[in-house]
Order: sequence, then C-alpha cells, then structure tokens
Amino acid sequence: MVTDINLAKARRIAAEVADPELPFLTVEDLGILREVSVEDDVIIARLTPTYSGCPAVSVIEKDVLNALTQAGFNARVVRSDMPPWTTSWITPEGIAKLQSNGISPPEPAGMSDALFATRVVACPRCQSEDTEKVSEFGSTPCKAQYRCNTCKEPFDHFKCH
Amino acid sequence: MSEHLLNTVLQIADDHLILGHRVSEWCGHAPMLEEDLSMPNMALDLIGQARSLYTYVAQLEGKGRTEDDFAYLRGDREYRNCLLVERNNEDFAHTVLRQLYFAAFMKPFWEAMHTCSDETLVNISHKAVKEIAYHVRHCGEWVIRLGDGTAISAERMHDAVLALHPYTAELFEIDNNRQQCINSGLFPDSQALQPAWTSTINQIFTQAKLAVPRDEYPQTGGRKGLHTEDFGILLSQLQYMQRAYPGASW
Repeated sequence: MVTDINLAKARRIAAEVADPELPFLTVEDLGILREVSVEDDVIIARLTPTYSGCPAVSVIEKDVLNALTQAGFNARVVRSDMPPWTTSWITPEGIAKLQSNGISPPEPAGMSDALFATRVVACPRCQSEDTEKVSEFGSTPCKAQYRCNTCKEPFDHFKCH
Repeated sequence: MSEHLLNTVLQIADDHLILGHRVSEWCGHAPMLEEDLSMPNMALDLIGQARSLYTYVAQLEGKGRTEDDFAYLRGDREYRNCLLVERNNEDFAHTVLRQLYFAAFMKPFWEAMHTCSDETLVNISHKAVKEIAYHVRHCGEWVIRLGDGTAISAERMHDAVLALHPYTAELFEIDNNRQQCINSGLFPDSQALQPAWTSTINQIFTQAKLAVPRDEYPQTGGRKGLHTEDFGILLSQLQYMQRAYPGASW
C-alpha cells in the first residue's frame, strides 16, 4: 500500500534525477516532471519531453524509473506530450543554476520568428549585453552558441522554446 | 476512416524520416563547425517527429508493428514520402533550400493542425511547430546569404532553385486518403496552405535576389510509392543495420 508519506518520498526521489547533458539540473528544475501519482499501488511518474528528438529524453525516463525502482517502488514512467514543454517551466532555481554554470538562461518572452532577428543575450560570466551569436545550434538541441565581446568568453545560451 | 488516417499519417511520417536521414548525411561533412551542429540538430527534430508519427501509425494499424518496423523494414514502394525530401544533398545550397521549401510548408501545416480533431496529431503539432519555426528561420537566412552572396554562391543557389522547385507542387497534393481526412476535420487542407507557403518563399527569394520559377513541370509520384533512383541508395543505407542484423538494438 502506497501511503501519502511514501508518495511524497517517491516524488522527492523522482524530482532529484539529473539531466544527463546538464547534470547540475534536475528534472524538477527543468519543469519536465509533471506529476507523481499512484494508480493501483503503482507509482506513476509523468514526464514531458523537451524536444521531439532530444536523445536525453529516453535516458531521463530510464533514470527516473531506475531511481524509483531502486528505492523499492513499483513504478512506471509515462510520457506526457500535452501541454508541450516550454522553457517558461524551468524553475527559478533552474534558471539560477544555469546562470552559475555559465549558461545564459532563456529569455522569458516568445522568440521572434523574423529572419536575422537579434536578441539581447547577457553574458553569464560578466553580465555584459555586448554579445554576439556564433551559432543558432549548439551541443544539444536546447542550446545556441554565443560569444561575449566584453570578457571575450564563449558561452552557451539556453534557447527560448 | 482509420485506413485513410493511417495512410495519410504515414505520408507525413515518411516525409520526416527521409528528410531527417538526408539532413543527417551532413553530420561530420558540413562546410563549417557551426553547420555541422545545426544539420544533426535539425535531423534530430525531424526524426523525433517521425518517431511520434510512426508510433501513431502503428497504433492505428493495430497489428503489433512498431515505429522501427515502419522505418526499417519496408520496401521502397511502401514509402509514401514526397519526392522533394529524398532529393540528394548535392551541395549546401540544395540542402538549405530543400529544408526551407519543406519547413515553409510544415509550419502553417502544424499551425492549422492545432484546430483539427485528432488528439494525437494535435499534441504532436504543438511540439513540432516550435521546432520547424527554427528551421524556416535558419534555412531562410542561409538562402538569403547564399543567393545574395558571391557570384559562385548565387549561381549555386540559382541552380538549386531550378532543380528543386518542380518538386514543391507535391507538398500540396491531395490524394483520396488525405481528402477523406480533410473532409472529416482530421487534417488541414494542404491547398489552403499554399498562400502562406508562397508568401514565405517570395519574401525570402526577394531578399535573396532569386526569381521564383513558374511551376511548369511538377514532379510527383512519391505519395503513390513511385520514387526517384536516389531513393533506393538512401534506403539501403538507412536500413542496412536492420537488414544485416535483424532485431539489433542499442
């Protein structure tokens, strides 16, 4: 029988699972852990994928399942596509962790579709707004590459999505 | 109805897988590091969308096949992708133009899908539309840079337009299966998306100093399973692992 206390514990265990590509961020920080519930004594963790083709999605699902199973829970991970994930679900803690790990967090407003649109992206190291985009795409689907013209450091920018 | 829906979802699933595979061929070969990242990123978006669509096709079919069976274990005549997406990469001009032609269609397509009545497709559309908007912007910018670039880049862009434009008409083709889906409110009317597509292309071509050719000899056949010669070579690479080692998994 899964009690309320156990459910809270299961929620905490699932929430602490880290993103394999951004290991300082948990699924809770990213906002992709939507719900942990009980159905017929089975813990159901609902996760929303970030990008359709992000290879980290299936790894995260396995990691959450493993964490819950190792803690002794009979658990299942369910993919929940609707509503679609958006970067506005990243928690304030997540934003702060991105910043302190040298990744400039996504801007809150929706991104412009205009061609050659430029956005002000502040350098996560020196906060200068004199930065330039090096590439629209980065090492993972969620990031773009920028460089800072003030401190001359390159940095990743978490794209607004 | 589910037969019509299955066949129509299969068309767009195949579009995404085949274009995703073509774009992935650039991995490790792109002209600069930044594009070596952008190409696999776009391929991942497309293949991710294809996976969701094939999973739904398998569910509609209800015969126990999986997304992998559809991707890896069909013959060329069973693929229903449009011919545009299977065209060879040729050079960077062909590649970014092919991507722009396709993305400029899929963006209004997914937007129109938001108000259709199939829950699974509506869910896929909300995710895909954000990803495809990126492709329109990224490839649109490249078409402008190359079209309005050096004499050589402009010439290559011009050649790509002449080579690929005849394949764009098929994007708007409506066969009986699709017509039934449109009538039932499950799919957007592709022909109603033509003004949006034309406006995107015209706007980008004007900036790129490229002329939009007249649609004189539209090339079609993919929706009936009639593909170009290049397609067999693509499939042999795509399916090699599953054919040589049946059931192999990561």
